[in-house]
Amino acid sequence: MSQEHLPRLKVGLAEMLKGGVIMDVVNAEQASIAEESGAVAVMALERVPADIRKCGGVARMASIDVIENIMKAVSIPVMAKVRIGHFAEAQVLEQLGVDFIDESEVLTPADEHFHVNKFDFKVPFVCGARNLGEALRRISEGAAMIRTKGEAGSGNIVEAVRHMRSLTSELKMLTVRSDEELVTAAKELGASLELVKLVARDGKLPVPNFAAGGVATPADAALMMQLGAESVFVGSGIFKSEDPAARARAIVRAVTHYRDPEIVLEVSRGLAEAMPGLEISQIAPEDRLQERGW
Amino acid sequence: MQIGVLSLQGDFSAHSSAIARIGGHTIEVRKASQLSDLDGLVLPGGESSAMLKLLDESFLSALRESLNRGLPTLATCAGVILLASAVHNPAQSSLGILDVDIMRNGYGRQVDSFVDSSLLLTEEGRAALQNAQLMNGRAPDIEAVFIRAPIITRVGADVDVLATHDSKPVLVQQGSILGATFHPELAETISPVYLLFSRLVQADDGLVEVDGSLLFR
Repeated sequence: MSQEHLPRLKVGLAEMLKGGVIMDVVNAEQASIAEESGAVAVMALERVPADIRKCGGVARMASIDVIENIMKAVSIPVMAKVRIGHFAEAQVLEQLGVDFIDESEVLTPADEHFHVNKFDFKVPFVCGARNLGEALRRISEGAAMIRTKGEAGSGNIVEAVRHMRSLTSELKMLTVRSDEELVTAAKELGASLELVKLVARDGKLPVPNFAAGGVATPADAALMMQLGAESVFVGSGIFKSEDPAARARAIVRAVTHYRDPEIVLEVSRGLAEAMPGLEISQIAPEDRLQERGW
Repeated sequence: MQIGVLSLQGDFSAHSSAIARIGGHTIEVRKASQLSDLDGLVLPGGESSAMLKLLDESFLSALRESLNRGLPTLATCAGVILLASAVHNPAQSSLGILDVDIMRNGYGRQVDSFVDSSLLLTEEGRAALQNAQLMNGRAPDIEAVFIRAPIITRVGADVDVLATHDSKPVLVQQGSILGATFHPELAETISPVYLLFSRLVQADDGLVEVDGSLLFR
């Protein structure tokens, strides 16, 4: 098929995932629990971010067997992570047939200067961003979906909130800028003027904008949705909690009914302990995953 | 004129913007109570298995009742799966209102997603477009975006096949229900599928033509 339709097919799949929850899973059993709980997609990885944080060392793309078993276990889309800049890991995942690739700061970066040129791939990519400039640079490289970085594996929502708020307030500011101001804005954002103009006109990103990094409770998910996220990734928040299946179902319903506190209350009742959380100031700056990428 | 868009999950906002472009007013439907007082309903694309988990018994029976009452409905991709008689690959429950059998992810995974820039219309399809006054000398092209799309494997006697891709039905109609296994909401220009839908919604009203496009009113 011709290449001209590719961007639409990639962003199209991201559109289908809106209003849903994408859950981190490390094996087929967890993937089935996620699907059974109403996940719209699963993210296959070797260890959830909380464990990556604990284990240290180099975090790479998950083993092929793990990803393959997960793909066999569920009928919903399967995503997998590659290291920033590791286009060969991405080629392998495309060959395997995963549905979405996350070029993720949660893994150890492979390239300190360049992200993957995502236009080279048929598979859509999602990338993390802390602010508008980062989001636009990833979109310029071909990302079909943006998510906040937050602080993965922390169980602390504060960084995801910071990133979503930065992005939306910067977006709002662009919409009132004049043409000559947009030229300077493009320079400051490190993004092309063409893309900056498009975003200034529409007041939103040209690709779906999801939340990730620190979601642990149904109310966290409802908070991110009300701040403008169109879907929510939950990493360690589900399978590091005391009751993964019940919590997964609760977060799914909280995302759908994010503006309905009555339902968010109802789903929050009776849940066991959430994952343990980390105060961000307790994480050394060099250990903060959000600092990876540029 | 009020069109409800089932907004539990999926690309409901793409449907709302497309309908807004032809003058329709939409509301997001997340609860059974929001199904009353609608003139039309859209069941969007997304993950049918996730949507099912969010549809409790009372919601399902309200949906069943509205559709059986003849509420004009446009179902796309996952929407068709929800309405089908039987679902395969894997089997899952469905409303059994649209008499088709359907296979999820029929073409494969995301790398197998594709666009057909002009679906093949059947005789019934040409007639439907003709009746909707959408034939301007020649039939309009129906551009179809297929994303992890299902395949209809059986069509009941009361179901008209309006268009096909690779000799398989992809646009079907049963009474007031239009089902597309593709995504008219992602077409570059307003899809003729919406115009067929708008015709179903205001069957008695005729259509208003403004700047060559047909509008809801």
